[in-house]
Amino acid sequence: MKEIFENEMKLEFVSKSVNEAFARIAVAAFASQLDPTIEELADIKTAVSEAVTNCIIHGYEDKQGIVKIIGKIKENELIIEISDQGKGIENINIAKEPLYTTKPNLERSGMGFTIMESFMDKMEIESIVGLGTKITMSKIIKAKEDEQEEFESLTKR
Amino acid sequence: MESKFYEEDKLLVFKITDEIDDYSVQKIRRKADYEIERYMPKRVVFDFNSVTFMDSAGIGLIIGRYKFANMLGAKLEVSNLTQSVKKIFEMSGILKLIPIAQEEQWA
Repeated sequence: MKEIFENEMKLEFVSKSVNEAFARIAVAAFASQLDPTIEELADIKTAVSEAVTNCIIHGYEDKQGIVKIIGKIKENELIIEISDQGKGIENINIAKEPLYTTKPNLERSGMGFTIMESFMDKMEIESIVGLGTKITMSKIIKAKEDEQEEFESLTKR
Repeated sequence: MESKFYEEDKLLVFKITDEIDDYSVQKIRRKADYEIERYMPKRVVFDFNSVTFMDSAGIGLIIGRYKFANMLGAKLEVSNLTQSVKKIFEMSGILKLIPIAQEEQWA
């Protein structure tokens, strides 16, 4: 018997880099109801931190705006949408390339999208120049399935 | 972040105690550059033992300090990488450039 979770949360905050920690901790707390492993939780926090940083330093640059996060839980999948109404990305394919950055002077590594892509199961970018960018990422939390299998194999013995 | 300079070995050790992101990295960068210039060490080590979180800002931080230390004639190393810090550094390829210190204890 698998429990089905359906849950949703929404978070909005001003685009200040001091809020990056708040954002990733809030999402991690929301994700914790799926009972993730420490490693899965670390992956989620890192991916959220990358996306929020992008909104703040690329989307809004020196201006101030609102960063919006929507978190959803569907069975054992966590879905996170992170969006800004900033300047948008001109060429998504180039932006996604490892080590590509428009801000090397700020010591940005250009690894943000690469990290989001590899730490989450899926990552999609929607962006319109002048209107903003939305990142949708999802991750299946496997811990529960493994425990279930473990439980089944133990009871079969 | 705590730092200690060992005069005899011209060794400067930074023990990072904050979470590393775009916000905290600005303070870490300022302090590290100030101390490297002040002590002019031959060897600079960043100890990650107490780092509970790091995102890609950590990659930029270490590459930037590597260049700065090199410019002033010092070698840079990293130490006590946690599993998640290692994962991010490996993804960026910087461990091909920056060695992991052999020692684990910094008195």
